[in-house]
Amino acid sequence: MTTTITETPTASPRQRRLPRLNPPLTAGLAMLVILLAAVLLGPLFSPYDPLKVDFAEALRPPGAVHWFGTDNLGRDVLTRVLAAGLVDLQIATVCVVLPFLIGSTVGAVAGYFGGLTDRILMRIVDILWAFPFYVLVIAIVGTLGPSTGNMYLAFTLVVWISFARIVRGEVLSVRQSEYVMAARLLGYSHLRIILRHVLPNAITPAIVYAMADVVLTILAVTALSFLGLGVQPPTPEWGVMIADGRNFIFDAWWISTFPGFAIIYTGIAFTLLGDGLDDLLRPKG
Amino acid sequence: MPASTDTPLLEVRGLSKTFAQRRSLSHIVMSQAPHPLQAVRNVTLTLAPGETLGLVGESGCGKSTLGRCIAGFHEPTEGTVFLRGEKVSGDGYDRQRLSRELQMIFQDPYSSLNPRLTVAQALEEPIRVHGLRRGRGEIADRVDELMSTVGLPPGLKSQLPHAFSGGQRQRISIARALALEPDVIIADEPVSALDVSIQAQILNLFEDLRSRLGLTYLFIAHDLNVVRHISQRIAVMYLGEIVEIADADQLFEDPQHPYTRALLSALPQPDPTRRTEAVSLEGEPPDPSSPPSGCAFNVRCPLAHDACRAQAQELRWRGDHGARCIEAFKRD
Repeated sequence: MTTTITETPTASPRQRRLPRLNPPLTAGLAMLVILLAAVLLGPLFSPYDPLKVDFAEALRPPGAVHWFGTDNLGRDVLTRVLAAGLVDLQIATVCVVLPFLIGSTVGAVAGYFGGLTDRILMRIVDILWAFPFYVLVIAIVGTLGPSTGNMYLAFTLVVWISFARIVRGEVLSVRQSEYVMAARLLGYSHLRIILRHVLPNAITPAIVYAMADVVLTILAVTALSFLGLGVQPPTPEWGVMIADGRNFIFDAWWISTFPGFAIIYTGIAFTLLGDGLDDLLRPKG
Repeated sequence: MPASTDTPLLEVRGLSKTFAQRRSLSHIVMSQAPHPLQAVRNVTLTLAPGETLGLVGESGCGKSTLGRCIAGFHEPTEGTVFLRGEKVSGDGYDRQRLSRELQMIFQDPYSSLNPRLTVAQALEEPIRVHGLRRGRGEIADRVDELMSTVGLPPGLKSQLPHAFSGGQRQRISIARALALEPDVIIADEPVSALDVSIQAQILNLFEDLRSRLGLTYLFIAHDLNVVRHISQRIAVMYLGEIVEIADADQLFEDPQHPYTRALLSALPQPDPTRRTEAVSLEGEPPDPSSPPSGCAFNVRCPLAHDACRAQAQELRWRGDHGARCIEAFKRD
């Protein structure tokens, strides 16, 4: 497809199809790049081990030696925040991408075909929707036992329904448009119509929601870890770090504060990214 | 039905389309079943090769539903569509083949193009899916050719739809329909959404394509002037039924159904010395889920009498001119 366009001498270079970066997108991308660089490269430069306990260095305030101070076990907070970032981003990515794929597929099928297919799939969604998010996640992880794999499973089982609902709603309206009718009359297969004509015009809200969901997932992982059902100590995780630091909040504010800032920073980055993507992906005209 | 001299390219026989209605709260309270909505009632039509049949009627009269039933988008509740004598409705016909022989053009040029596909992508897709051309070069040539056919510079083919005006978009839709080299085109109000000046251009394009490519049109519109410009024959629809069908000139000069007369008298008359008898219609078209008994038009008809209320009317014929009215062809 692309080549045929560039082959013609009259066709302008593909400038207009290049993403036109808008301010929120640029800011969000920049923040994300900085975050990823810090999380991936930071530990290489850090002289400390995020797991090594050193009581002699316990509860040091931020300074030249320990930039973010140390916690009650003498671990360097900066090193732990960065190591935790990798863990959190990894979990958040998996816990958003899997439900996104499953939910979008279900939503597209339900919305496009309608009828009995739609009713059955959406009743399943309704049943899952009836349970409060945390109750369901805790029930699943509690039953299967705390582990990262079970946490992925729990989030996937619970979060896909949001994507299914969003995508189904969009597909229902896109399905009515005359270009989808035209596609059917042109004899295209359902798969082609869904993938090429319906989903590209229906997926944007789901992508935007996915960005917000990254933040929600980090918070939820935090909550689960706090309850001892998520990431297991001593693996650093922002939520666990905040929870650990709460006993020392008046004496050593830095233990909880810096991971808190990390969550806020990540939240802002993904929110901006979602906002920018919304602008970028919405069709013109 | 009078015998046509040519074998019809497209034939619609006794087509009806009924939509089931959802039960509303009032149905449940009154414990009634909802009436089905009869959008199209027993329509019979033929199209000769190379002919344009104009189909007019007010909004909600079922003309679009009829077009969609013929195109295979809706399943007719009753009746059959034949293309060159072959059945192309119901079960067991070749949908892929139907799409190569019959295409549709839609009303809204803003919703009829996928906003994410460039013109080239939109035009290549049907060619590729149906394997009409092989190889990038041939396909690209065909895309250029299609764009020239509808009067668009091929240099614009890498643009997305939002770069085009309504009239240009309608040209793209026409090019996309022509990509499969169909014989029949159902145009569902293709100019209603356009500016008057653009309407004329698009109508001329339709006329031009008909003579160059030998297309046959079912041209749906609510504006009789638009239809007169382009059609050899005109059918007037009211409440899902064809109430009058005749040669275009005949229909304009000697309308037999009072509804047709009312539509004609509502047209602006450019010649001030020519007076038409003013027939004004009262009221709204009835609800198609509970049509009036007898002639469907009787509640609004200035000529209605008891016989009209008692009995539904069949089309009465004089030559090729048919009118669904008890008073038709009585004056001479």
